[in-house]
Amino acid sequence: MSLELRDLCVDIAGRRIVTGIDFTVPGGTFAGLLGPNGSGKSTILKAIYRVHRPAAGQVLVDGQDLLALRPRDAARRIAVVAQEFTLEFDFTVAELVMIGRTPHKRAFDRDDGTDLAITEQAIERVGCQHLAHRGFNTLSGGEKQRVLIAQALAQGADHLILDEPTSHLDIRYQVEILELVAGLGVTVLAAIHDISLAALFCDTVHLIADGQLITGGPPDEVLTAATVRAAYGTEVLVIAHPETGTPHLIPRRTRRLDRPVPRVSPAPDPPDVTGH
Amino acid sequence: MTVANGDPDSAGAAAASESQAPGGRASSGREPARSAREPGPPGVPPRRLPLPVVLLACTALLLVSMVLGVAIGSVPLSPRAVLQVIVDHLAGHPRYSVADAIVWEIRVPRVLLAALVGATLATAGTVVQVLVRNALADPFLLGVSSGASVGATCVLLFGAFASLGAWAISAGSVLGALGAMGAVFLISRQGRALSPTQLILCGVVLSALFESVTSFLIFRGNPQATQAVLFWLLGSFGLATWQQLPIPTIVLAAAMIYLLAQGRSLNALALGAGPAAALGVDLHRLRRDLFIVTSLMAGTAVAVSGVIGFVGLVVPHIVRLMVGSEHRRVLPTGMLFGASFMVLGDLLARVIVAPQEMPIGVITAFIGAPLLIVLIRRRPYLYGTTG
Repeated sequence: MSLELRDLCVDIAGRRIVTGIDFTVPGGTFAGLLGPNGSGKSTILKAIYRVHRPAAGQVLVDGQDLLALRPRDAARRIAVVAQEFTLEFDFTVAELVMIGRTPHKRAFDRDDGTDLAITEQAIERVGCQHLAHRGFNTLSGGEKQRVLIAQALAQGADHLILDEPTSHLDIRYQVEILELVAGLGVTVLAAIHDISLAALFCDTVHLIADGQLITGGPPDEVLTAATVRAAYGTEVLVIAHPETGTPHLIPRRTRRLDRPVPRVSPAPDPPDVTGH
Repeated sequence: MTVANGDPDSAGAAAASESQAPGGRASSGREPARSAREPGPPGVPPRRLPLPVVLLACTALLLVSMVLGVAIGSVPLSPRAVLQVIVDHLAGHPRYSVADAIVWEIRVPRVLLAALVGATLATAGTVVQVLVRNALADPFLLGVSSGASVGATCVLLFGAFASLGAWAISAGSVLGALGAMGAVFLISRQGRALSPTQLILCGVVLSALFESVTSFLIFRGNPQATQAVLFWLLGSFGLATWQQLPIPTIVLAAAMIYLLAQGRSLNALALGAGPAAALGVDLHRLRRDLFIVTSLMAGTAVAVSGVIGFVGLVVPHIVRLMVGSEHRRVLPTGMLFGASFMVLGDLLARVIVAPQEMPIGVITAFIGAPLLIVLIRRRPYLYGTTG
């Protein structure tokens, strides 16, 4: 069940975008891929699910070379929830989740009882039973993301890749989606925008900058003011989450305020300090 | 460890209780769905009619259209006389009469050809829309029709392939279509990949180029032949013969079998390149094959009937609005509906300005455009929320 990236390099249009990425996601754990915009997170994920072909290196699933497998067989091992999914055509939730069964079916195979049961279970697992016959494009962002996860579940793979699953969601759905993903019990590798959120849910995080792996490991070891500065080039304060003790990032203003902010201020706060 | 892959026995049992009544499921699921619905378009029709019902209705529509197509024309014939001729021929001992000649030599092949071309264009249109992932695509987007026009124009104006007689125009348009198809394919291929955007751009640009070649040829040609070219460009089934039927039939049947086999892959491709790849679809191969299949279909249609626009655009939309986008439903429905649409369109083309004939392309656009607008306006979210 482990997912292993070995010295992965990806070129796009003759330019090296990703260089020597090397880490392992142990079976059943949730790994976060962090890094600034354009750092190569998506490119790494796309190399795993065959949109880009790696220039060098390997992707191993349980020690088996994933890219040497036939596309169908690879899709049975790794399911993907892609970034910014838009649908030009009208599918219902049930139809969309059934498409997840594609790698298990041959030409002219009908949807049999097993397929129906699996899609049903997948839809239940993400709590979308009531949406099964709705059109996908009528759903809210959070509902859409759940349905896409259900599709990936129906694919029956034991590895799941998510590319920014929470990027356009409000805080409730962000937590809901990551809670759902963390509870699936499969090996997960997810590119995540929000560092604090990743720290809250991931077993390990891997920090990417400029196509290279800066550091990786448990969130409380990896996420320090220094590593965040190195990857994102910005100053943050790192505090411990009061409930979980996981690192939580607090952004800092780069321009010093003219007026020093009172250290302890129970007073009605001045609006300009809140950052709005 | 595998997610959502419970043991087959319990899965089968659950499915058995589940699969028997999709209608019942829909209605029981509707209550919470309604209350949870965000402000959306009112009056959304209930989703997804059962496929057998749709296919049966479309088959009935096609049969009715074909009967009307054979029965109605400039020479009025009683339905009984028409039926008599057909029964005689099917029984193998035709009687040689005027009615026989009109029905069997003119109207029946004409109606069959219209049905074939309608089915072919509707199917090709459905697939091209998935291939380039654009709801505005039609089978002629990729340059086939404009290439065929160049070929056919050469035949009509300069008598190319004169030795082939009645087949000359078909031969010319097939060669033109193949040339255009090859050009679009080679130019839009960057490395190994066949990207939707490249396909659209190359198709549009090369179409414009070929169209200007056609215009130039017409400009240089004599006025009488020009008239023939213009008529051909608008499409017609007026010259249909039995000999024309076998090739389009074979092409349609072969394409349909291939496409139905790829039904799931088409669904995956409709989700986009990334999701399709993640679902185990071999993208490069699928796109290449779909391009070749749709180009051959469009090329065949053009060769036997000229450039009949709008059917390949409007029929897939109407069908998707009826049965959704699941391609194992869309393809057979579209084939039957496209055939009916074209047979009825051809019937109108013959009777509206009788004894003259309207070019069929005029009719298809005249009916198709308003129909599509009405349907789009009834379900705006389908076309408006994808950005």
